[in-house]
Amino acid sequence: MFTTIYPQLIGLCTGTLLLTSALMVWRHSLLASIRLLSVQGFALAALVAVIGVEEGEVEVILVAVLVLLVKGVALPWVLARETHATTRTDEAPRLNPTAALLTVALLTILSYVVASRLLAGIDGVSAHAAPIGLAMVLIGFLLLVTRRQAGSQLIGFLVLDNGIATVAFLTSGGVPLFLELGISLDVLLVVVILYVFAGRMRSKFGNTEIDQLRKLHD
Amino acid sequence: MSFALWIPLAIPALLALLSLLSRSPALRRLSPVASSVAVLGSGLLLVSAALADQVPTLGGGLLRADALSAYMLTVVGAVGLVSTWGGLGHDSTVPARFAGSYDALISVFLAAMSLAVLADNIGLMWAAVEATTIATAFLVGHHRTPRSLEAAWKYVILGSVGVAIALLGIVLIYAASRGTGAATLSWLVLSQADLPLDPALIRAGGALAVLGFATKAGLAPMHSWLPDAHSQAPAPVSGLMSGVLLAVALYAILRIQTITDAVIGPDFLRIMLSVGGLLSLFVAAALLIRQRDFKRMLAYSSIEHMGMMAVGAAIGAAALPAVLLYVLGHGLTKATLFVLSGRILEVEGTPKIDAVRALLVRRPGLAVPWLIAMAALIGFPPFSIFFSEVGIIVAGFSAGMGAVVGIALVLLLVIFASLTRLTVAMTIGAPGAAAPAAVAPAAVAPAAAPTGVVPVVDAGASVTLADAEPHPDVPLVPDRSAHGPMLPLILALATTAVVAFIAEPVGTLLTRAAEVLGGIQ
Repeated sequence: MFTTIYPQLIGLCTGTLLLTSALMVWRHSLLASIRLLSVQGFALAALVAVIGVEEGEVEVILVAVLVLLVKGVALPWVLARETHATTRTDEAPRLNPTAALLTVALLTILSYVVASRLLAGIDGVSAHAAPIGLAMVLIGFLLLVTRRQAGSQLIGFLVLDNGIATVAFLTSGGVPLFLELGISLDVLLVVVILYVFAGRMRSKFGNTEIDQLRKLHD
Repeated sequence: MSFALWIPLAIPALLALLSLLSRSPALRRLSPVASSVAVLGSGLLLVSAALADQVPTLGGGLLRADALSAYMLTVVGAVGLVSTWGGLGHDSTVPARFAGSYDALISVFLAAMSLAVLADNIGLMWAAVEATTIATAFLVGHHRTPRSLEAAWKYVILGSVGVAIALLGIVLIYAASRGTGAATLSWLVLSQADLPLDPALIRAGGALAVLGFATKAGLAPMHSWLPDAHSQAPAPVSGLMSGVLLAVALYAILRIQTITDAVIGPDFLRIMLSVGGLLSLFVAAALLIRQRDFKRMLAYSSIEHMGMMAVGAAIGAAALPAVLLYVLGHGLTKATLFVLSGRILEVEGTPKIDAVRALLVRRPGLAVPWLIAMAALIGFPPFSIFFSEVGIIVAGFSAGMGAVVGIALVLLLVIFASLTRLTVAMTIGAPGAAAPAAVAPAAVAPAAAPTGVVPVVDAGASVTLADAEPHPDVPLVPDRSAHGPMLPLILALATTAVVAFIAEPVGTLLTRAAEVLGGIQ
């Protein structure tokens, strides 16, 4: 029973991951992006759980719970608190929505091309979905480069991180549990630190635009 | 001997906790020094074990100290000791509220770096390196000025993204190891020559991992965070980042190189590292020529030396002992210089090279060690950086990489000239030249008062500040004070001066450490 719907479940989860990434590029409101990030966290946790059930490993199910708590709940909550506390600042990115979505499509194609050479040695349904993870990494970069607000850059970083996690789970069933713990903790702390810095930025400059950080140069 | 693997992790962690909870400022400020001593002590213990052909392990092989790890741990401890001990006189400007967290974060940083070099697992090492980003983020932003905030933001974003790329690479290496039956991230297993690893995955994984750690090592073109972070962080932290963080990132690159070399041959990473190294040398040369800030000058010099080490790593086996000696020499010298730069910044009140003139006449207590350390950094014998650079260049010519080494040599000469000129500008000259700069604050205060905007208190503060400075027109009394502990700096410089001449045990240790990386059979 489960083996028949397994490919469909993998497809559903990875599809949600890619869709939420693309929507984050499209939407300019920070709050909407945070909601999408939360959905993405849930999709990633579901993906891990599906892989865990398929492989019958309890450890992977535990990792799924961890992913759900960190990426689905904790991180979006931290970000949302930062955003609610201030007046809603909408993003004015460097790329217009059409160009940005076109870039997303190109990046996705690129990652399929790269992955077809790279992952030729690995079989299985999950490995076929791995290009989605690469595409998310590239979309994360796109967000990092084109966004001007501190909060949006943070979201770009998290999409990048989700992409790496997706690749990890799809190609090798994820890293060992203790490492996943360490990695999640590191990412959580980085976000908290950047959140603190964004707060300091607001109290120093009155807003969180990255473009004003250009005092230091040679 | 395996207890020596616990010490550098547990003692700094405990001391970090202590400095957070302690009410005694003396205890708090000594805790990072004690952490460094713990790391250095266990490093030396593990070195002696490595020389006796023992390889202590712990936690089912998760922690492992071969000759290379033991050597790197010693470097972490030694550079940490110079930075923290030398920096003891420095933190008078630290606001009392954050003082505890400052010292605690330095201890956490040392523990994380120790974990990174002792872990026999790429994933664990990754987590430890990322943990240092977290520990140093607040240290870089410590002064809470807009500039330090900017430096810290860039540092965290670039550092985390770089290290995230390395994680993607590590994930691919892990996926490649699935083909061997048991997926593993252990250095020891992965660097065995006859493992059936998927070449395509190892190539991509190795490239991404090296790219990611090169960001952390400050190699061009991913170096842009480095000058900002180094110039804005408190001086002891700059010393730690330059001497320890960059070195450990290079260590990660060397370990990954061992894995990829065994599977796809050395040519692939050789090209990558040569390009990165030469580009770093070029960036350093271009930006040192017209450098105005002495802390940024030191930061660009770090990029230069990391570039030279990357060139050494690209050459491979024959150059590895020189590269490892380089790590120690550069770490100790740079920690000394950053500690001194912090003191100069504190007494002179400016990071501008133009404003700090005739230091040798006015403040010989700071200028003499600064001159000696700069000589060591620029690459004068008998200091070990000279021998490392010569070793890398000779190995490069004999390995048939004459073109790369030739370009590096030309760039080194340009950097040599720039650094000499800047050092001379800071230290040598007649003290009269410094007069206009020092008088300026006193002249500004009365001028500002009549505008009425500046509160009276502010003008008063400026005047007292100007009075406190020795007025240059008054017959000059040379300031012979070193403005802080002198012993760590003397020890560091003495070590770099003699270390290249000690064949036993240093030479043996370097050879064994290089053997771990597949050098010198």
